[in-house]
Amino acid sequence: MGRIYLDYAATTPTHPEVVKTMLPYFTDAFGNPSSIYSYGQEAKGAIEEARVKVADLIGARNEEIVFTSGGTEADNFALKGVAYANENRGNHIITSSIEHHAVIETCKFLERSGFRVIYLPVDEYGLVDPDDVEKAITDKTILISIMQANNEMGTVQPIAEIGRIAKEAGIYFHTDAVQTVGHIPVDVNELGVDLLSMSAHKFYGPNGVGALYIRKGTKLTPFMHGGEQERRRRASTENVPGIVGFGKAVELTQQEMSREAERLTYLRDQLIKGLLERIDHIRLNGHPLMRLPNNVNVSVDFVEGESMLLNLDLEGICASTGSACSSSSLEPSHVLLALGLSPEQAHGSLRFSLGKWTAEEEIGRVLEVLPRIVAKLRAMSPLLKSHR
Amino acid sequence: MRDVWSLYSDKVMEHFKNPRNVGEIENPDGVGHVGNPVCGDIMELYIKVNDNTITDAKFKTFGCGAAIATSSMVTEMVKGKSIDDALEISNRAVAEALDGLPPIKMHCSVLAEEALKSAI
Repeated sequence: MGRIYLDYAATTPTHPEVVKTMLPYFTDAFGNPSSIYSYGQEAKGAIEEARVKVADLIGARNEEIVFTSGGTEADNFALKGVAYANENRGNHIITSSIEHHAVIETCKFLERSGFRVIYLPVDEYGLVDPDDVEKAITDKTILISIMQANNEMGTVQPIAEIGRIAKEAGIYFHTDAVQTVGHIPVDVNELGVDLLSMSAHKFYGPNGVGALYIRKGTKLTPFMHGGEQERRRRASTENVPGIVGFGKAVELTQQEMSREAERLTYLRDQLIKGLLERIDHIRLNGHPLMRLPNNVNVSVDFVEGESMLLNLDLEGICASTGSACSSSSLEPSHVLLALGLSPEQAHGSLRFSLGKWTAEEEIGRVLEVLPRIVAKLRAMSPLLKSHR
Repeated sequence: MRDVWSLYSDKVMEHFKNPRNVGEIENPDGVGHVGNPVCGDIMELYIKVNDNTITDAKFKTFGCGAAIATSSMVTEMVKGKSIDDALEISNRAVAEALDGLPPIKMHCSVLAEEALKSAI
């Protein structure tokens, strides 16, 4: 068996069909979409075709889609854009303690420039309570930003419910949907969101391209100043091949989303069940049911995540961890700590994220290999002894 | 293609795969317990001393690949050394013996040095 890739939530390989669709836009159809000659207009047309596909995927209008360099930019754009354009109305922002760094760090930046941000707690499954959102609203609140699904532990939030609260209060509502778009049905009107971030490389599109949905009438400051691209909301010559690839990835995912979600949910539950059966002192992180179809996140007591990852890698299996040891910070995952996990449990976390090319034998292989790795590491763990 | 492998030297990976001297010593002459769960590394180092010479060393470690490899290496380095010579072992020497550690992992070698000093 070759390498087993179970880190699709980090990034997905670009679908070969997507690459094929992109290629002409590097060479034959290389024009600048702002140019009036046919080369330029050909590129312009390709961008607009992609825009229609992306808008259609989430139930938006074409002009409500602004292409960005990815999910992080879309999050920055939504938060800073709304904050700066609505300062005269208030300075209060509501978000959650489990957001992606692209939202959390943007909020911290806004706090340093005078905005007030409340980071709502989550329950043991990682769910935000819509009542908490409602109670946190003040007459100064200008924005609510709650992610649709968490990238680490996969919990899917009751976004539609929060959307109704936001709408009633007349407050802009943003959701980071980077982990959901292309994987589960997302409709901006059903969710009641005014802004929604997405990224192509999470569903077999290329890296470096994403979009922000901006509901018509939403007041926000442009993200970049310069040319008149993207209806003056995001200056910069468009990433034509990237945008074309994004559109193709949307087209492909629409054809197979429900079938694929069902297949992955089955594999996900096989993996969860198998891990809980074969390893003792292990827990599932995140909600068992309100969960992304492709996310498995467990904490294994008494062992540290990076040492498990290295051992898995020796067996050809790629996964990820919320342990600080795998990053340059010394703090374990803020998401897992927010669930109430101890630092040791957060350090002992493993995330497997499944995707298009995940086969059942690969799940079997993880279930065969991981218990052995855990046993080996536990034999050298000082924590196990103090536990006994 | 770069992957997680190239984070560490072959020597680190060798000690990580086959750590030397894992375990505890019954009635040790010294135990060093360092690290904390928040930063994710906990090391326990046990030594047996006879006639001012370290005759045996064992470890138990909760931590990343570098933490396990430095623990393993430090137990190898102290065995047979006099207490005075063992006290001379620096974190840098442990890291060098492993053909280097990534900058963000140097704190693991500091932990190994601290565990050794604390055991002595």
